[in-house]
Amino acid sequence: MSDEFPPDPSTGLSGSKTTDTLHPPDELAGSLTEALRRRVLTMNLAVTLLAVVLALAIGAVLIAVSSPSVIEAAGYFFARPMDTFSAIWNSVASAYSALFQGALLDVDELREGNIADAFYPISETLTVSAPLILAGLAVAIPFRAGLFNIGAQGQMAFAAIGGGLVGFGLSLPAGLHLVASLLMAMIFGAFWAGIVGFLKAKTGAHEVITTIMLNYIALFFLGWVLNQDWFQREGRNDPISPILNETATFPLLFGGGLRIHLGILVALGAVIVVWWMLTKTITGFRIQTVGANSAAARTAGMNVGRVWIIAMLWAGAMAGLAVSMNVNGTDKVVTAGIVGNIGFDAITVALLGRGSPFGVLGAGLLIGGLRAGGLAMQASTGTPIDIVLVLQALIVLFIAAPALVRSVFRLRGKTAESLTIAKGWGS
Amino acid sequence: MSVTTRPVPQVRIAPPSFKRPLIMTLASLVLGSIFVLLAPADQQTTFVFNLGDTLVALPDWVVSSRLAATGFALAALACSAIAWPINTRRGSLFFPAVGVGFFLVMSFLSWVGADEVLPVTGLLQGSLLLAVPLVFGAMAGVLSERAGVININIEGQLLVGAFLGAVVGSLLANAYLGLLAAPVAGALMGLLLAVFATRYFVDQVVVGVVLNVLAVGLTGFLYSRFLTEDADLWNNPEVLPTIAVPVLSEIPILGPILFDQNVIVYLMYVVVVAVQVALFKTRWGLRLRSVGEHPEAADSVGIRVNRTRFRAVVLAGAVAGLGGAFFTLGSVGAFGREMTAGNGFIALAAVIFGRWNPIGALAAALLFGFADNLQNVLSIIGSPIPSQFLLMLPYVVTILAVVGLVGKVRAPGADGIPFKKS
Repeated sequence: MSDEFPPDPSTGLSGSKTTDTLHPPDELAGSLTEALRRRVLTMNLAVTLLAVVLALAIGAVLIAVSSPSVIEAAGYFFARPMDTFSAIWNSVASAYSALFQGALLDVDELREGNIADAFYPISETLTVSAPLILAGLAVAIPFRAGLFNIGAQGQMAFAAIGGGLVGFGLSLPAGLHLVASLLMAMIFGAFWAGIVGFLKAKTGAHEVITTIMLNYIALFFLGWVLNQDWFQREGRNDPISPILNETATFPLLFGGGLRIHLGILVALGAVIVVWWMLTKTITGFRIQTVGANSAAARTAGMNVGRVWIIAMLWAGAMAGLAVSMNVNGTDKVVTAGIVGNIGFDAITVALLGRGSPFGVLGAGLLIGGLRAGGLAMQASTGTPIDIVLVLQALIVLFIAAPALVRSVFRLRGKTAESLTIAKGWGS
Repeated sequence: MSVTTRPVPQVRIAPPSFKRPLIMTLASLVLGSIFVLLAPADQQTTFVFNLGDTLVALPDWVVSSRLAATGFALAALACSAIAWPINTRRGSLFFPAVGVGFFLVMSFLSWVGADEVLPVTGLLQGSLLLAVPLVFGAMAGVLSERAGVININIEGQLLVGAFLGAVVGSLLANAYLGLLAAPVAGALMGLLLAVFATRYFVDQVVVGVVLNVLAVGLTGFLYSRFLTEDADLWNNPEVLPTIAVPVLSEIPILGPILFDQNVIVYLMYVVVVAVQVALFKTRWGLRLRSVGEHPEAADSVGIRVNRTRFRAVVLAGAVAGLGGAFFTLGSVGAFGREMTAGNGFIALAAVIFGRWNPIGALAAALLFGFADNLQNVLSIIGSPIPSQFLLMLPYVVTILAVVGLVGKVRAPGADGIPFKKS
């Protein structure tokens, strides 16, 4: 399919693919900044920013028309029209201001000099972002190999079993214990994802079906494990594991009521490692070649099936790290709901990040910020947090259709470009 | 003078692979013996066929558990034996496979139903009900993907259909008006998918996934703002009544399952037949399939590719929206947050499992519905297997089927590829 419609070089994805791989590996340090620079240039910042603005505008309309105070004021619109407008302004302004303050900085607390409380929002944003970024990588890596991984949810659920077992079952020195637990989670995640790659390579079973099915299987398996003597907390009847040993948990970065822990740095490291793997190693070259055109890759002598398996193993390992952010970081315990909805949110993150590691980093921070801010907004203004999902969806939609954004804002520019990451069913 | 004839080149046809009959035989042998050995010889299994008022009341079938398990396992083995000669003649293994599956399930039921009462007809009726949204979703998937647009958005279309169906049905206090509104919501969702896929050429998988998030967000937002605030006004639709078809509903077993249902189920029969006939027997269907298989060729004979795709996707959205109404108007009677619970994805799996064919997708959807309801029934009568493993069963079976029986599925040629006229 890509020989008919070659990927547009202006969408950073394929642009960096052909050029970055030509760098000899020893230029790593220099080309990292080079790649960042190029990414910023090719992201087409104007479209991205306008997409956010447009999404916020539509969100504002939703908040306004559904706000009880606006509906009440609209009841006597012709008597006192200004009441309606001020109600609209108040509802939208209070919701968005709570959203942004909840994501970044609590201005009121800062004025009163409570530094820790003032920075609580940004700490929450980073804490929520860490698993999103890692799970986003778990979706993004297979994207680059032409695979659509809907299975991060299941890979995370399965990985939680391995990470949890090591975390509460073993006694090891601090540090080493954490590393062992993370490694076990990565192995479990990689195994679960590897099944998908293996089945695809050996039998051609479509990864969308197998990942959906394995999601359910992993969730039920986790449910079963949580009811077994060797996993369930003693004296409890509900599905919950023992609390992880102190030695296996991520240390807090600042403490003082801020939940932010070392995991965000692990996520950052993973982004760099994945970027390095994709652009500087033979493995990454193979993954990208198979993703661009699997037939050509096969003709060139690549073992396409093996590349699929390797891409899925990487993805599963990242999913394992992602769930560790909860298991070893915030929750310190394994429950049936340990994964939440992160595996599915990860798909949005990977799409928003256009399948590139640094894009995923930015997208993870944005979505994490919206999530953290959304909770604060719901608590203080009563605006349902679901508006965050709407914003999230609209932003990706608009970024994916730059032509639409340009026509709304009457910008001139190329209209042909569009976002191409995933492929059709045939591979 | 001797005539030297050149040897006729021998065309060697590879012998048919024995993989599939072998798998079927092994499955029958291994699973069958497990069921037989575990089935207690001294206990009885009671199969109940009666449900509701039928013309002839069927007697309950009480049988020794091990005897029944053995009989059904042997029948499964016989079906797998038939598969061998058919495989040699390169015939279709569909019916032997169905036979093996059916008898293995019956053998399994004979074991787990020992000393219990198994409502066979009730089990099947419940399966059909659980399959209804899956079937609508799968038909939406077939329509859209046959036209060349990947439809990951089924989940979202089901959800908005369920939502608007409930809201309109509740506000107007008429479930049938709600039933009219549900496809409108689905079609609007399909419209968005169609606009982004055929006008802005955005990657269809991306749009589908994102529109699902949008559907969850929108319905969740409005649910919190209105439906939970005044549930009596916004979220209290009447449930569609059951309408028994005269005469047909009196047929034993089949009657209560197929012909004593609400109007959505009857609409489902109509939709499946309509999609099958329209796709394969009409000019419209030929055109739709042609833009999905080879848009350039279709374009060269004057078919407007993107307009055809646009309409197909909107229609698909309407079909899925109608199916979504089953969640609210057809069963529960009230909308709940994210109440479609992944049914759209299972429908998608049914499309692929059914090889983009309406009848195949129907069969797959029914199979998923059956597996789902089997677990429900077994959790009621109590089963020797942990419930989580029973819950896994349909998904494991699907993977096995995709790996072994379906193998490499072939999507419509241009599925997921935007058509830009050059």
